[in-house]
Amino acid sequence: MLLTESDLQAIWLTLRLATVVTAILLVVGTPVAWWLARSRSWFKGPIGAVVALPLVLPPSVLGFYLLLAMGPNGPVGWLTQTLEVGNLPFTFWGLVLASVFYSFPFMVQPLQSAFETVGDRPLEAAATLGASRLDTFFSVVVPLSLRGFMTASILTFAHTVGEFGVVLMIGGNIPGATRVASVQIYDHVEALEYASAHRMAAIMLIFSFLVLLALYAWRSEEGKKY
Amino acid sequence: MKLIKLLFIVCSLLVTTTAHAEKITVAAAADLKYAMDEIVSSFNKSHSGHEVEVVYGSSGKFFTQIQQGAPYDLLFSADINYPRELAKKGFAASEVIPYAFGRVVLWSNSMDASKMTLANLSDPKITKIAIANPKHAPYGKRAEEALKSVKLWDIVQPKLVFGENIAHTAQFVQTGNAQAGIIALSLALNPALSKQGGYYLIPEKLHEPLEQGYIITKRAENKALAKTFSGYMTSKETRRIMTKYGFVLPGETVGR
Repeated sequence: MLLTESDLQAIWLTLRLATVVTAILLVVGTPVAWWLARSRSWFKGPIGAVVALPLVLPPSVLGFYLLLAMGPNGPVGWLTQTLEVGNLPFTFWGLVLASVFYSFPFMVQPLQSAFETVGDRPLEAAATLGASRLDTFFSVVVPLSLRGFMTASILTFAHTVGEFGVVLMIGGNIPGATRVASVQIYDHVEALEYASAHRMAAIMLIFSFLVLLALYAWRSEEGKKY
Repeated sequence: MKLIKLLFIVCSLLVTTTAHAEKITVAAAADLKYAMDEIVSSFNKSHSGHEVEVVYGSSGKFFTQIQQGAPYDLLFSADINYPRELAKKGFAASEVIPYAFGRVVLWSNSMDASKMTLANLSDPKITKIAIANPKHAPYGKRAEEALKSVKLWDIVQPKLVFGENIAHTAQFVQTGNAQAGIIALSLALNPALSKQGGYYLIPEKLHEPLEQGYIITKRAENKALAKTFSGYMTSKETRRIMTKYGFVLPGETVGR
């Protein structure tokens, strides 16, 4: 391959970002999805709407709010400064935080529908056998929702890889920290380096296609089991 | 029923194109944001019936877009080489006309930059410095040259964050996310920014001149309004506005 060192660095950074975001969202998104799937509270509607917001909001809205919130005069900035971890814009962890917001529905929604499919009966059976709620979740719900976990993780990962607008607005284009693959391609295009842009764009295209192909192939395979 | 009626009215309003006089679209580099807004509004006032619309962005992006058939009638580039290249490729309907020299300044919204020089950027208290991306933004290239001339490039490089264009760069500094930045003088002189802090004019001998030029594009070849607007660029009013925003006009002495 004719990729430069900075291309490789951007790709590596993108994969690292997507992995970290997926891991964080598995931990944070699962309880939210569970609550949304099981709750009958009137609160469910508003929370569900908030979770889905990043699906419809333009990245510029999210990027604008995050830039102000994470800046030295914003609430998140105030918090990070008080905790003495510095400011988040232009850092890898700033991107992680932004991506967690941005990819939230991609984790929560598939999980929620997977949890809803599990239904009441396995839970009641587990309760009758005296299993604790946590035990029930890990020994009954998780195995029954594996498909949902898989779909949610893949979609979250792929969506984070495909992020651009928010990263551009809060990233500051720093090699190795915030210059992800999509931004690198944009820079190549802006600098009229079409050959380099083509190479990376082709990689992204093939990668995205393969991920989705694998997901759909696996799902139809899984579907046969039921 | 009422709703359907209302929808119908709205839709018919949306598709009706009012027959009006000529209209042109100008693509302008982000450093022209405030100056061009004023020029266009004064032009529209004195040429009633006509309409000039402006789109701001990075010169490099416009360069690519025009070659792909973007509907821009004039291109005002922050780097005269882009219109020159377009003219060479046959995308221009006019000469390449130089209209100004741009200047770069050091700007901050938390410190008084007018009491600073580039040397202050090595201060450990300044952890983030915003410049436009030198890879494709003309102002970013000049910032890099200036920092290299004063032998600070290697020292400040770990602190640098890159804006997509010069307005984006200014926004990093304005929001306080970067404590200082190297931006266009034209932006630092805008009231919204100038009330927040002074600036330090970076000596022009530290960087290559930032010569800016424009063309009328091929697609506007037969548009009279494009030529009228081009003519307006040398008017007294335009020169007054450009000077107000710190642009050095062709034929005047560079620097002050």
